[in-house]
Formats: sequence, structure tokens, C-alpha cells
Amino acid sequence: MKLREVILSTTPTPEEIADLRLGDVVFLNGLMYTAREGVYMRALEEKANIPMELPRDSAANFHCSPAATIRSDGSFDMGAVTATASFRFAKWLPEWMAKTGAKLIIGKGGMTSKDYKSYFVPNGAIYLSTVGYGTGALLGRGVENVEAVHWSGELGLAQAMWVIRCNRMGPFLVASDLDGNCLFERENAKIVQNIEHIYEGTKPAVLKRFGETDDRSEELIG
Amino acid sequence: MIPVSLIESTADTLMAKAAIEIPDDYLIGLKEAASTEDGDLSSFVLQAMLENYEAAKQDRRAMCGDTGVPRWFVKMGNEARIEGGPVALEAALRRATASATSSVPLRPNRVHPLWRTDHNNNVGIGAPEIEYGFEPEGDWIDLITVHKGGLFGTDYRMLFPSDGIQGIKRFYLDSLMAFGKRGLACQPAIIGIGLGGSKDTCMVLGKRAACLRTVGSRNPDPRIAALEDEFKELGNSIGMGAMGFVGKNMVVDAHIEVGYCHTGGMQMSVHAFCLSSRRAVARIHADGRVEHRTDPDWFTPYQRRETAEWEPAQEAAE
Repeated sequence: MKLREVILSTTPTPEEIADLRLGDVVFLNGLMYTAREGVYMRALEEKANIPMELPRDSAANFHCSPAATIRSDGSFDMGAVTATASFRFAKWLPEWMAKTGAKLIIGKGGMTSKDYKSYFVPNGAIYLSTVGYGTGALLGRGVENVEAVHWSGELGLAQAMWVIRCNRMGPFLVASDLDGNCLFERENAKIVQNIEHIYEGTKPAVLKRFGETDDRSEELIG
Repeated sequence: MIPVSLIESTADTLMAKAAIEIPDDYLIGLKEAASTEDGDLSSFVLQAMLENYEAAKQDRRAMCGDTGVPRWFVKMGNEARIEGGPVALEAALRRATASATSSVPLRPNRVHPLWRTDHNNNVGIGAPEIEYGFEPEGDWIDLITVHKGGLFGTDYRMLFPSDGIQGIKRFYLDSLMAFGKRGLACQPAIIGIGLGGSKDTCMVLGKRAACLRTVGSRNPDPRIAALEDEFKELGNSIGMGAMGFVGKNMVVDAHIEVGYCHTGGMQMSVHAFCLSSRRAVARIHADGRVEHRTDPDWFTPYQRRETAEWEPAQEAAE
């Protein structure tokens, strides 16, 4: 089955978001910004003023540190762009969404359906996953311009807030919808139905470890 | 005498090659995987990755935005002599790592573990790691850089002889399942398994098995080679593919390396060298010739030797 391709703005309308289905392939146009633990801690815990007008300028938060550098003349060289795993940012995202009106959270690996139902859906937001991972060179080709980098002095280049103008940047995959469904959980549920045979004959280690689960349908990230 | 300036310029080239050019052996392995994959989502992912490798080479940009944590493996022939000695060598590798971080550019991934200080150049305390190996013949030096992703896909466990092969299989499957969900391990990967040694050397063996051997290579012990085949097949029978989607390809290849261990134990480590299996190698000869390749050829008979004395004649006779 061929996957459906969608061109989407980084300031999408509610209708455009509602139209997305799990597994759609998305290409993005418009401004996006990177924000991960460094930006979240600085904006939410240290209460620094966010140096962009959000969500007017962008409703797309990319969990990303680009392979990029600031040249000596102050211009930017951005090569490859890929995402970092998003589940680690769940503690900051509800407040971040409320504060910034983010509608597209873009990253690696998605969140749990519990996250989606409890604060993505009420905020009208969905999750886009990068592909691979990671198609850094393809996504890098979608960078039309690096508009700014904020807080690079405070946070370093990897954690800084990069503002990127995207021109058909992609591919991304729709990994949640407005019903709170999770693409990865759907796939995991299919896979665990058929794993008994591969474990057949194997045995648990003679010395146990604390804190483990033997339930292989567990999502492990929640 | 190998000039240190040649070491630095070669290292600079290697940093870019590793970040940009997917090694042929991995590319062939992934193309094979793509040709057998029939899950619609996992097929889409593999095709996108194949396009991505081409885009990286065409544009001379890093194949993945997470350019990993650059590190060095240095192999020296017994007769190799370096201008300025090992301290000059290490300085050259650290300088090349820093300069390539801005020239490629790479992501400046390396930070202090507590203070999160980032020098924006992938150099810091203990970074890049530089590890050494030696060979009985030769006046050359091999520089190998590996830019491995760092967060997911690796685990260690102290197993015991009574756990046996079935215990090893279970830990292997659990590692693939745990880190394969949602594609955290960025599979299909080269899975390296370390068995034996001590806890630290077991991790080193597994990491080197993943990063310093090529797809298709087999351990010279025929029984271990058979296990490698079996483990590749087993991993690809889970039903999980790229990004944790339903699919047939988790494991591009499985490599096992062993080291003698405590008589009561059977240490095991599992490592995943990801969809961006970045490695680049160059041999610098004493006469200044530089030969580039992608096979580290790390695990020679000398590296796997079992006896107190090295007896090359005996080895050749086998």
C-alpha cells in the first residue's frame, strides 16, 4: 500500500490537523524551531522570555540538535538535521504547549497514547516522527534558511533554539491523531502477538535484576 | 618516521568521510534488507534511508543530524615511528576532531556529564576516546574513526555458565525488543555481541564487534560463526523492522567477539551500530602514502591470539 503524502504548514489550521491519518507522509513548509531539554528548562524553570512570537511565527517544535555551526562572520552552516528521542521531554511538554500553542511536535519515537490523550488532543496537537532514523541529509535539504539561533551562548550549539525556514522539509510520518491514537503502539501491538515462537526454549537469567518487566508488550517509555 | 602533520590532515579527511559516506558493506546489507522488506511502513523507511545516503554524498553533508560521538582506534605496526611520539599523535587526533566539527559540520554532541558544558567541538575530558592496537609486522599506522550514536541499543548483563546459549539468546532478544520499539536503536543495525572478558572489556568487545567488523564477516571459530548466522536470522524473525514497525529486518548482521573470562561467569554485552554505521579508515605508510578504506580489519589473528607467545609461523601453518 502506498502511503499518502501531505504538504503541511508549520502553522496548520485545525482542519488540516484533523485531516491527518496515522502513517501519512508529511512535508513541511514555514518556520520551525528546535527546542529540547535545554530550551524547556530555560524557558519553563528559569522563566526566561521565549525569544519568538509563538504560535504566530511557528507552531512546530522540533526535538532536534542540528549538525550546524556558526561561521566567524555570524552566518550559519547547517548540514544534516535529525530528531532526538522525544519521550524524555514528557515532563515539560504540557506546560510548553500551553505556553506556546505548539500544534506539531516533531521528533523521534513519539510519545505514549496516554500523553497524546492527556495533553496533545486537548491542545489540538499531533506528533510527527522523523524517518529512519535518521534522514539527516534529506531533512537538511529542506532547510531553506536558518533565520536565527537563540541562547547558543547559554546552552551551547546542540541545545540552542534554532529557527529554521523549511521548504518542503521531510519526510515525516504522522504518529498520533486527534483521537490520541499512537502509530508506534499500534505496530507494537501487532508485533507482540507473534513473538512467542522466537522466545521458545530461551530461559530467564539465573540471577534476576531489580526493576525489570517480563511483559514484552510493555511500551517501556512511559 | 610518520609526520604528525600527515596524521592530522588524514584524520581531518576521515572525520568528513565517516560522517558523509555510508560504508559499502553496510549499504549492500541494507539494500538486501530493503529488497526483502514487505511491511509498507518499514519499506518506506528503508527506501528513505537509501535516498538519504545518496543525498549525503551528493551534497557532501552529514548523513544524520546526530553525528554521534567521534572516537578513534589507532592500530600500529610494530616498526611504526611517529614524529613527536604518542602525545603528538593524540593532539593531532583531538585537533582534527575539533576542526572537523565546524568544517563538516558535525553536531557538537560532547558535553560535560554534570555541568553540560559544551565546547562546541566534540572535544573534552576523555573525548574523543583513543584506543590502541598493535600488529607484529609493519611500519604503518591505521587511523580508524567511528562516529557511533550513543543512547540506545546497548546493554550488559552478567550471565553464568548455567545460563547457557538459551540464556544468551534471551538477553539478545530482550535487547532487540527493548531498544527496537519505536526504532530507538535506529535499526536495522549491525549487532555486536561481546561474550566474556570482564565487565568493561566485555563492553569493549561487543562495541568493537559492532563497529570494527564489516557486514558479512564471520568469526574464525566455526561454531561462533554459526551462532552469528543463527542470531542474525533470529533477530530478523521477531517481526519487527525499521522504526519498530512491523517488518522483517532488525539485524543487518550479527557479530560475536569473545574474550577469556572468570571461570564462574559468562559476561554478555549487546551493541547496535545504527542506520548511520559511520566508520572510515586510512593506513599511513612510513613513506607518506595514505590508503583509504572502510574495513577496519581490526580483528586479526594477532588480536585474537590465545597463547603467551606470538608464533606467526604456527598461525600461517593453520
